[in-house]
Amino acid sequence: MTTLQVHDLRKVFPLHGAAGADELVAVERVSFEVPAGSCLAIVGESGSGKTTIARMVAGLETATSGSVTIDGAPRAPLPWSRSQRVEHAKQVQMVFQDPNSSMDPSQTIEQSLAEVLSLHVRHSPTPRSARIDELLHEVGLDARHRRMRPRRLSGGERQRAAIARALAVEPRLLILDEAVSALDVSVQAHVLNLLTRLRSSLGLTYLFISHDLGVVRQISDNVIVMRRGQVVERGSTDQVLDSPEHEYTQALLQAVPGPGWRPRRRSV
Amino acid sequence: MLGLDTTPLLELRSLRIELKVARERRVVVSHVDLTIRSGEAVGLVGESGSGKSLTARSVMRLLPPDSDVSGDVRVDGVAVYNLDKAALREMRRGTVAMIHQDPRASLNPVRTIGDFLFEGLLGHPSGERPGLAVQALAEVGIADGSRRLRQYPHQLSGGLLQRVMIAGALLPGPRLVLADEPTTALDVTTQSEVMAVLQELQETRGVGLLFITHDLDLAAAVTDRLAVMYAGVIVETGPTASMQRAARHPYTVALMASRPSTSSREPLKTIPGRPLSAFEAGPGCAFVDRCPFAVELCREQRPPLRPVDGHDVACHRAEELAGRILQGLETGA
Repeated sequence: MTTLQVHDLRKVFPLHGAAGADELVAVERVSFEVPAGSCLAIVGESGSGKTTIARMVAGLETATSGSVTIDGAPRAPLPWSRSQRVEHAKQVQMVFQDPNSSMDPSQTIEQSLAEVLSLHVRHSPTPRSARIDELLHEVGLDARHRRMRPRRLSGGERQRAAIARALAVEPRLLILDEAVSALDVSVQAHVLNLLTRLRSSLGLTYLFISHDLGVVRQISDNVIVMRRGQVVERGSTDQVLDSPEHEYTQALLQAVPGPGWRPRRRSV
Repeated sequence: MLGLDTTPLLELRSLRIELKVARERRVVVSHVDLTIRSGEAVGLVGESGSGKSLTARSVMRLLPPDSDVSGDVRVDGVAVYNLDKAALREMRRGTVAMIHQDPRASLNPVRTIGDFLFEGLLGHPSGERPGLAVQALAEVGIADGSRRLRQYPHQLSGGLLQRVMIAGALLPGPRLVLADEPTTALDVTTQSEVMAVLQELQETRGVGLLFITHDLDLAAAVTDRLAVMYAGVIVETGPTASMQRAARHPYTVALMASRPSTSSREPLKTIPGRPLSAFEAGPGCAFVDRCPFAVELCREQRPPLRPVDGHDVACHRAEELAGRILQGLETGA
């Protein structure tokens, strides 16, 4: 079963006022598939187009051409009607790098979860309050956090709350866009372990966007390496990171500090 | 390297910093001792709120005006907090240079790269400045310097701008460089290049380097000694190679183990909870609530830094835990 299928996806941004080019090709004809229950990582540096792909899959950005198919059903072109948006939200949820900017600062965690549940989960055998407890427990938060607003939570707790809110909709596909990048390493380890556990216990499918090869090794089954809008290498994560074939993938790996690492100089 | 001159370039003794937060005085750094000699690179590593940046800023007297600094801060043997305005300006302009995380935030966007670099060359005749600036850019690996001098910050990439910042910081010939997360905002391949430039300059010019980062692996690759900060105190310090091989403080070991490796996949070792700030810590060890090895003593008494097998470690149980810490950490989520 394929949860997400992306075919020939292309995104061109018009540029205004820049000398020379009048358009920027952010994503150039990218195709990939994500089997149900697996995790595909898209790695690349800034400007590689990885976030643009995530935003197109999430329906936050219109593709210039190409198609996105979720659970076998081709997606309607934007803009969507309200019912289409609600329908799509049940398939795909997204967790962003900075939960500060994706959560309403005036809502408590409980209100934020209740809102999502009332919008998307109409007929549930579990009472709403019990479901909120369940969601908080799933992401490692507890009753103390129910009445708190995002500001009072630590960075890691806030990201857990953002994950709980995404899970509330019971989506098929979770897009994680640099979702652990802003966290301190001791907190990042928890959230990575949490994401690994949730994927197997809930049978979720992940599209994991990251610049961090260590994080990608930890969480993903397959990987796509992108540079300037194009896929330069793809394969199983272990294979690509153990024996990278493209010189850019090799350069990326060599640039990661570790035991015996020496920074390399290049003239520009 | 250890010549006749025994005065350290930077010496911090019992540094303590209090900040005013919402009408409350809060201790954010305490009991910090740190020494950097000429030609030596020291990594100051910690998570958010550990006090590593404040420690560096205290050297330049760049803390908010209502903050309170006590203890001894000496640059080249001179007490920084006794300097008058003119002498302080002289120190900031000449002896000590600081490189910040975000080059865009520290450059004036309406002035050219040349304008910025010439500021560091005020002692030279104006006719010589462009030549010297181009030479400085060449030293950090920027080949077409004369073109760059006419450009504005927005026309340069982040990596290039950080090289310009480094060139600018080194123009007055500082003897001590304080680099505060200089590559955190950069892509990994760019980070590698910028670190190479910084390290080469540090080695060839024999300047002292204080390298502040949250990335233990990165710090380990470019420094001689490491100091790990947690909640405003240094919990462990020692030679870099030995810190990597045989860290003795549970926090240092946990910090290294929680970083996912690019070469293998295994459940990450974790420490419960989140990093604390100094003012949130109780009377005992600041790490006590997150430490799987904590005993009653840890809760009651703040462990001082003390020598253990070539490191200085602030842990009551450092000896008995030797070699057992990693196995004792959990892999929870």
